[in-house]
Amino acid sequence: MAANNHLTALNDFVVRFANVNGTGSASANDMFAKAIFRMGIPVSPKNIFPSNIQGLPTWYEVRVSEKGYLGRREGIDIMVCVNPQSMPKDIAAVRPKGYFIYDNTKELHKEFIRDDIHYLGVPMMQMCMDKFADPRQRQLLKNMVYIGALAALLDIEVPVLHGIITEKFKGKEKLITANFEALDMGFQYAKEHFQCPLSLRLERRDKVGDWIMLDGNTACGLGAVYAGATVLAWYPITPSTSLADAFGKYAKKLRVDPETGQNKFAIVQAEDELAAIGVVIGANWNGARSFTATSGPGVSLMSEFLGLAYFAEIPTVLVDVQRGGPSTGMPTRTQQSDILSAAYASHGDTKQVLLFPSTPKECFDFTAEAFDLAERLQTPIIVMTDLDLGMNDNMSPPLQWDDSRVYDRGKVLTAEELENMGERYGRYLDVDGDGITWRTIPGTHPTKGSFFTRGTSRDEYATYTEEGAAYVRNVDRLLKKWETTKQYVPGPEFYQEEKQNAFGVIFFGTTTYAALEAQELLAEQGITLDAMRIKAFPFNEDVRKFIRQHERVYVVEQNRDAQFRTLLMNELDVNPTKLVPILNYDGFPITAETIRQQIYKSLLGKLSPAFAEHEAAPPSDSEVEE
Amino acid sequence: MTFVRPTFRHPESPKNALGYTKKFYEGALSTLCAGCGHDSVSGAIIQACFEMAVEPHKVAKLSGIGCSSKTPTYFLANSHGFNSVHGRMPSVATGANLANRDLLYIGVSGDGDSASIGMGQFVHAIRRNLNVTYIIMNNGCYGLTKGQDSATADVGSVSKSGAANMYQAIDMAGLALELGATFIARSFSGDKEQLIPLIKAAMSHPGFALIDVISPCVTFNNNPGSTKSYDYTREHIETTGAVDFVPIMTEITTRYDEGNSVTVPLHDGSVIQLSKLAKDWNPLDRHSAMNKLYEAKTTGEILTGLIFIDTHAPDLHHILNTVKKPLNTLGEKELCPGSEALEKINAGFR
Repeated sequence: MAANNHLTALNDFVVRFANVNGTGSASANDMFAKAIFRMGIPVSPKNIFPSNIQGLPTWYEVRVSEKGYLGRREGIDIMVCVNPQSMPKDIAAVRPKGYFIYDNTKELHKEFIRDDIHYLGVPMMQMCMDKFADPRQRQLLKNMVYIGALAALLDIEVPVLHGIITEKFKGKEKLITANFEALDMGFQYAKEHFQCPLSLRLERRDKVGDWIMLDGNTACGLGAVYAGATVLAWYPITPSTSLADAFGKYAKKLRVDPETGQNKFAIVQAEDELAAIGVVIGANWNGARSFTATSGPGVSLMSEFLGLAYFAEIPTVLVDVQRGGPSTGMPTRTQQSDILSAAYASHGDTKQVLLFPSTPKECFDFTAEAFDLAERLQTPIIVMTDLDLGMNDNMSPPLQWDDSRVYDRGKVLTAEELENMGERYGRYLDVDGDGITWRTIPGTHPTKGSFFTRGTSRDEYATYTEEGAAYVRNVDRLLKKWETTKQYVPGPEFYQEEKQNAFGVIFFGTTTYAALEAQELLAEQGITLDAMRIKAFPFNEDVRKFIRQHERVYVVEQNRDAQFRTLLMNELDVNPTKLVPILNYDGFPITAETIRQQIYKSLLGKLSPAFAEHEAAPPSDSEVEE
Repeated sequence: MTFVRPTFRHPESPKNALGYTKKFYEGALSTLCAGCGHDSVSGAIIQACFEMAVEPHKVAKLSGIGCSSKTPTYFLANSHGFNSVHGRMPSVATGANLANRDLLYIGVSGDGDSASIGMGQFVHAIRRNLNVTYIIMNNGCYGLTKGQDSATADVGSVSKSGAANMYQAIDMAGLALELGATFIARSFSGDKEQLIPLIKAAMSHPGFALIDVISPCVTFNNNPGSTKSYDYTREHIETTGAVDFVPIMTEITTRYDEGNSVTVPLHDGSVIQLSKLAKDWNPLDRHSAMNKLYEAKTTGEILTGLIFIDTHAPDLHHILNTVKKPLNTLGEKELCPGSEALEKINAGFR
């Protein structure tokens, strides 16, 4: 192919690695992303992995974006393929004029040759066979060979890579040397055989500031440690397992009494999700901060207990790391498809409080906040993340904690307060008029404050009753508490100019990055939209106002049935035709282009004919230089 | 309803070591059927707590769903209670216990609650040796839904409907023994002499203490042909021997023959004395207990008493190596690592 037929871009491209699950590729690929991050260039890596431990294809996709776009982008500019199983598909996935880097220890089959992409063969396996004796080492270091080749091809700073390797294998000098050697082999090979760097390349910038890179599950686990959670009960399920692991890891580091070696936490791997949430409810009822983490199938199983916690008013914290549903669905793919099952979890009239973080920092903040909210509101708080946020390293502002922060334990009566109480204590008596009643913790006072917690209907004094009027008083008070909740949960964030536009767009959670990018893409086309990111359910007045003020509002989300739109319609009595769904539900994180296209198409008829004609052609691909 | 309880109490009613009368340990009026075995069990719990001079507010009583699970309302009015969801009391009790190791936990369940819908939780609470007194009020049927057979009903046992049960019975004591439970007893709601000391011993046991109480359902399963009726139980009962519970700091006054009695010291200093034991019987040996239980089963006898005890197994808190101070008393100072530690963590993510 002619030399001018190359993709050309500086700090703006997508690399995808095609690996075999269980071959140690993940840590090499992480180093690649980390090196770019340390060169001050915004980067967004995503693991696309199978529900498998070893042997199946797995991919790692890294988007580099100087502009700071962290959402996924379609189109692979560079494919690094070390998995023969997936090779035909991987070759097909490369954009015209892009690069296909592969292990040419074995010659590539003729039918795999496309004439519109560049093939860069590196004899990774051969070089490792020649250099290293141990078979497992050969396999692992093969990954470092392609990282070395990429360093030459893309201008990754080698000292940065060396730094990462040295940190990773600290104390294991032999491993450091071997990794350096493998890296160098790849680097030298590329230098000798290809024109380095490519026209797609990197250059150091100062665009990441003090940001950090971590996965949302780790951030949630840390949030729970900082918020004073002492009891974690959980059941293993992808993609939430690493959240429980993170809590355990940091609790062991930060929560062991130095004198006695005893733990200021308890972790129970329960027999199922029903037991996990049961433990959490029992512990919270008894005055400890307790939580669980799960995914969609777990939320289904926990529903009965969530109804109890709602109705009996027991603080409960649950993190739902959503994955592709329904049923077992796509366990290793991402979706935002538990919105309705979480919002209305359990039978009867129930409403659950949801929080929607969109960055690891918000995972940390919202998880910590969830414990305060749960105790303040005496109800379950469900933190809604997803696989994309939970399991991928995401760039994020650094985590922060205010040391003067005091946990909000909510309305809990002390022994002294009970002692001095003139009137009879009523567990469900709304003495403050905000729908939130005072609770007592078992063991507080010998003769005052005890009550019976139950899932059955009860009066203000927690006494069982089937009297209709008492039941209605109780559930109406729960509605009043629901109104109060709106003051406590985080309000929406707005992204808009002072002058208001006719059209608006609503998004939440991991849809944020792609939606903000789409907003900019559309603006470049002359379509300006006001944007609102929702952070919590119940929705407050600002949400209602935003929808009222716009002629049409796009609701961007990652599920088939536009569940968030349904929730808005249901809770705010919005005219359904006003809310237009923008959807993506194939299990991959939503992209800005998907959003742009759908909004653009929907607006074509709405805009003036002249504009539509003018803008009908798709934007030219500025990244491709002929 | 069982009875209308008079509010009058004799001014000189006996008081326990804390100065409380028995009334202090009572609960709300029972709404179960007159003659229900469960009310006798509630009575035994009240008596045991009174005699043990337990501080009621230091007790948490938890249950699932069913007739049996209603009973925590009928005893210890000054204790917090938790009537959770069907079959899930063990998990709620686990969480409660982890939050505060200093309270005494009484879990009340039934045969439907523990042997069917909550079987998984029952099993796993045993595995973890949760420190709880777990009382199953076992009547072989679902009382609240009008008498369907439960999983503990014996094959061929006839309920009020006249139909014989066709399925194998689950023996909760045998199952617990197999699972490694550390305190296993069986009793009969009509035998207070035995039940009260068993409850006291169970409350003193530092681990999972099961008391499977045959507690006849007078309304749906007390007819001829039922193997869980009052008559059938009385006719087929075989006690493992007498059980005496001697609380801490109390002199042992009863003397038994040395040859057929065992004295079991508990960690808190109290003592369980078992006497008139069969020769082939050692409640400290799981094998022997299993043999005895199986033997009774084959001869159609209902074996009652303390079947097995192991006072050395670590409970859940010991296994998890938690601090001595209850977790629910720890505050920001003890729990929050602070901003400096977080800065270091941040640095690790760059």
